[in-house]
Amino acid sequence: MKLDSLVPNQARLFLFLYLSAAVWPMLAVSGLTKTFDRDSIFSGFDFTVSLNRFTVLIGPSGCGKSTLFDVLTGACESNGGKMSWQGNRVDNLGDLAAYMHQKDLLLPWFSLLKNSLLPATTGGDNRTRAEQRAIQLFARLGLTGYEHHLPHQVSGGMRQRCALVRTLMFNRDLVLLDEPLSALDSITRKSLQSLLLLLQSEFKRTLLMITHDVDEALLLADDIYILSARPMKIKEKITLHDKKPRDFDKPELLAIKKRILQKLEGDIIHVSE
Amino acid sequence: MSRSNVFAFALLLSALGIWEASCRIFAIPVFILPPPVLVAQTAIVRSPLIFPHAFTTGMEILCGIALALGVAIPLAMGMFAWPWLEKALSPFLVTSQAIPVFALAPLLVVWMGYGMEGKILMAAIIIFFPITVALLEGFKSCDREYRVLFRLMGAGFWQTMRLLYWPWALPHFFAGLRVGVTVATIGAVIGEWVGAQKGLGYLMIQANARLQVDLVFAVILWLSLMGLSLWFFVGWLETKSIHWKNSQTL
Repeated sequence: MKLDSLVPNQARLFLFLYLSAAVWPMLAVSGLTKTFDRDSIFSGFDFTVSLNRFTVLIGPSGCGKSTLFDVLTGACESNGGKMSWQGNRVDNLGDLAAYMHQKDLLLPWFSLLKNSLLPATTGGDNRTRAEQRAIQLFARLGLTGYEHHLPHQVSGGMRQRCALVRTLMFNRDLVLLDEPLSALDSITRKSLQSLLLLLQSEFKRTLLMITHDVDEALLLADDIYILSARPMKIKEKITLHDKKPRDFDKPELLAIKKRILQKLEGDIIHVSE
Repeated sequence: MSRSNVFAFALLLSALGIWEASCRIFAIPVFILPPPVLVAQTAIVRSPLIFPHAFTTGMEILCGIALALGVAIPLAMGMFAWPWLEKALSPFLVTSQAIPVFALAPLLVVWMGYGMEGKILMAAIIIFFPITVALLEGFKSCDREYRVLFRLMGAGFWQTMRLLYWPWALPHFFAGLRVGVTVATIGAVIGEWVGAQKGLGYLMIQANARLQVDLVFAVILWLSLMGLSLWFFVGWLETKSIHWKNSQTL
């Protein structure tokens, strides 16, 4: 009798969780506003990030992307608007998102293992369990045997993979990607791009990237938001359905690239006039 | 032996040779310029006299450095944590450097007497500024991305200080400390010149007044040796603390 009543309850709970994930996007930003001395950086800024999708905000240089990033991470306060996380209102993503950068950001004075354990250290996680998990991830990413090497003793690719392990050790579903990968040389960039796709496909992370690089957005994104120059606004949302990794020569992708570039260039001409 | 070592050694030998030769050829009186052989002899023979004084001066220098570090490190951290504090304090810091600190030496004797305290304070005042500034600049040179990373990891100020800012600033800190330790020696000696009962500076003044110029030179030799060993000790400490930089070059 007890068991009977328990099972439907559990089923209901699962249904509720499933539906809530479907109904509420992981992150919904609405009406976000930021002004500096009456100068409006962005106002009425809306976008959503859905579970396990790769969302890219793309805008021309200097449109206020880094300010947006600071507001999202809580480095500075917004002047209005709200953010909700799975339906719950939050002030910022400081406690909710992991962080990845085009630079590996490994600390040169710590071994690779200690670097990857930093989020566990600062978060006060159980040390042995965190270490076990890190060692598993090291094995998955081909870093076994290099746990106690210092960052400068290994190759750039290995450093990136170590940075990926650190990102995973945050144990957070959303990963914020700061700055485009365009400053990297093409080989490093390719390897980082494939790591980002791995983050999405194998480790089921949701990614949010802010960039000005169109090619990058086309290679990685599921949802692209095109931003205008100041005050920053969302001009258009494009959803890409092509499977990843993508072939750049596909005519559909080229057409989308053209469309994005037109939108972005429209702004540049507008500014220079 | 590398070429640079051979050259340096030859330079030293020829300088000493010229010195020794000119003393003999021109028959310069010993109380004006003693030849290097005599200086070395005096430095060794009179070492029982020199050592207790060297110990006093050495203690003054070390205590001065310790005192300066004890003030500089918390101050640099405070000014880094609160930018308003930096803004408020920097005029005072700069002004304190504009005052010729050596000119304070007689005052320090009046205030603190002939003991070690005044000399310690003198050394500390001189080196405290370069260390504070170097450390603060070191903290501030930390890249934005690293700060964002630590903020998102939920690290507090002290955690970030321990794991990120402090090791990041170490090369700057040691650059400041290297400058500091050499100047600290000067500070202690000048403090002793003005008024002291012990110390190498005191010994120098006494010897000078009695025209024991060879002893003056011997004291200078010992002072230089102390300064050099301090310099090398800081260098050794630096390579030990910044181990990740040195293994890079290997």
